[in-house]
Amino acid sequence: MWRKVALIIAVVSAMVVFASKIEIFSWWTAGGEAEGLQELFNIYSKLYPGVEIINATVAGGAGAQAKAVLKTRMLGGDPPDTFQVHAGHELIDTWVKTGFMEPITFLYKEEGWDKVMPKGILDIVSYNGEYWSVPVNIHRANVLWYNKKIFEKYGLKPPKTFEEFFQVAEILKSHGIIPLALGTKDGWEAAHVFETVLIGKLGAEGYKGLWNGKTKWSDPRVTDALETFAKMLRYVNSDHAARTWDEACALIVEGRAAMNIMGDWAVGYFYAKNFYDFGWVLAPGNEGIFDALSDSFGLPKGAKNRENVINFLRVLGSKEGQLAFNIKKGSIPARTDIDRNLFPEYQRSAMEDWLKHEIVPSVMHGAAASESWVTEFKDVISLFVARPDVKTTQRALVSIAIAQGVPQQ
Amino acid sequence: MKTDRILSILFILPSFILVGIFIYGFIGWTGWVSMVNWRDVFPDFTFVGLRNYARLFQHFRFVISMKNTLVFTVLFLLSSISIGLLLAILLDRKVRFEGFFRTVYLFPMAVSFVVTGVVWRWILNPGTGGESVGLNWMLEKIGLGFLKSGWYTDPNIGIKAVVIAAVWQMSGYVMALYLAGIRSIPTELYEAAQLDGANVFQLYKHIVLPLLRPVTLSAVIILGHISLKIFDLVFAMTGSGIGFSCDVPALFMYDTTFRGNYFSQGAAIAVILLLCVAVLIVPYLTYSIRTEVRR
Repeated sequence: MWRKVALIIAVVSAMVVFASKIEIFSWWTAGGEAEGLQELFNIYSKLYPGVEIINATVAGGAGAQAKAVLKTRMLGGDPPDTFQVHAGHELIDTWVKTGFMEPITFLYKEEGWDKVMPKGILDIVSYNGEYWSVPVNIHRANVLWYNKKIFEKYGLKPPKTFEEFFQVAEILKSHGIIPLALGTKDGWEAAHVFETVLIGKLGAEGYKGLWNGKTKWSDPRVTDALETFAKMLRYVNSDHAARTWDEACALIVEGRAAMNIMGDWAVGYFYAKNFYDFGWVLAPGNEGIFDALSDSFGLPKGAKNRENVINFLRVLGSKEGQLAFNIKKGSIPARTDIDRNLFPEYQRSAMEDWLKHEIVPSVMHGAAASESWVTEFKDVISLFVARPDVKTTQRALVSIAIAQGVPQQ
Repeated sequence: MKTDRILSILFILPSFILVGIFIYGFIGWTGWVSMVNWRDVFPDFTFVGLRNYARLFQHFRFVISMKNTLVFTVLFLLSSISIGLLLAILLDRKVRFEGFFRTVYLFPMAVSFVVTGVVWRWILNPGTGGESVGLNWMLEKIGLGFLKSGWYTDPNIGIKAVVIAAVWQMSGYVMALYLAGIRSIPTELYEAAQLDGANVFQLYKHIVLPLLRPVTLSAVIILGHISLKIFDLVFAMTGSGIGFSCDVPALFMYDTTFRGNYFSQGAAIAVILLLCVAVLIVPYLTYSIRTEVRR
């Protein structure tokens, strides 16, 4: 009898030791994003059936909470096997320059990704001549979503300029409908909307210049953006501080609000709620500009299951993986060789725009500036929502830029 | 040395070493980090003295969050202690089913602050008009619609709404403390007072309340240190709130350190929090050590 027990223990412990695992860290927990992730897991499991997938997710839009958990783990020498990170400054400044990542240029060569992804995206995942992560999608941050039924009911046209926006908003308000849905509970959402206002007022070049010093934060166009944003805030739902971004989207689905400005992960949310009566235009003044961000995964130094990670990255970069993931998530593939007709209507339009619009990096989503700048930026805008004091806020934005080493004289 | 002496030292030693490293050692480490220039994920140990502290006192979020902490602490202590005392006095009047009521009032303490935060986030949901839910909905139904409020989303109320949830959670605990205190007062004192012709009011004023002073002191210390370093309740319930009206230093520390990668500034906030709690705790410790020595 004891021999049997000993045998069972030996077998079980051998399984524990040899069972192959991969821990994948992300903040994809809401509707479409979680489904997209599951699609990737399904493909991976089919190809590598013996590997157990540990789905380590931490809820919170834009990774607000997940990034803190990740940081303690990385600094503590316990990295997840692979983790979600925004391509651009967040990847390069936070993890690559500091020596936490392993380059994966060899994978790009083997899989030929450098031939099928556009230069704009290859640029932001590379540093010092090496590639550091696989972009799994492209998101667009500057979209205005609206409830088609409401717009039809009142005979309104979706606004393209700030002027039209305020006209439409006034009419909606008079009918007792919330013109602009907003959720500010996690602290980043207001800054996200303000980012699109900055783009609308400064244009692509002016906006990009803000992050490298070519445009000064004291610019009168920034003043204009702040004033416009303050005016927009008069048309948002009163309980915005109690809602997260997806809970704000729920207002559109329920027909209580008419519009919101959010990235195209909102599409994933709408699909997951079986809501198809939504329409979209670009945020006011954003004509011809693609405010982009990209989720990517890399290979941390000291990953416990290196081989499994490399295989997972292969799935992420594959045609099949990018297609399955992005259909659910509402984003578009980073690869340009995927058939557009396989995608729903919104994504088709975004894929067209991706090739012809001017691309600017999103600040709130880690592509345009370092994380410390982003944090200070969101704090100042968050305060602005409660106390729309244009002068003080602009002064604060100037001094943040100076503290970040970007001269403002 | 006697064997039992050696044994007792051996028993104490492991915890002494662990506490030494993981509490006092890390306090020292945090203090050191707060005086260097660590502004990135990668550590930078260039000594900058008190510069991080100086910056902190000019930072709008820090100023707001310190003010909020003050408001929170004062309101939280006053309400919890007065409600707890009132409940204890009422329960002490030989009510039926006392055990049941005691459990009901004490039970919120068994719930974690995170759960309390999530629940109260919905109870105090600010939706008004047709979208009323929670407390606003209830007020509307019972004809007190004019009392509806934006609660934690109203910048003028902000942190005070969080106080409501905190009081809900902790006043039962204060009640338990007071009830134990009241029950430990010798019945002879009551009898003597009654013989002297004291009425109920005088009985409480001259006998019960003065004898409860040590209980009040413990309650102040326990609630005070909770409120100074509160994080989970605010985090789950409101986040920093609109215009940081619900912000507290612990939240700011978390944001600064783990989102902004400004580890030195985060450490500086932590040290200031520690000092605030020490201001409360240290006098209490010296007081209790002194009374113990006197015994």
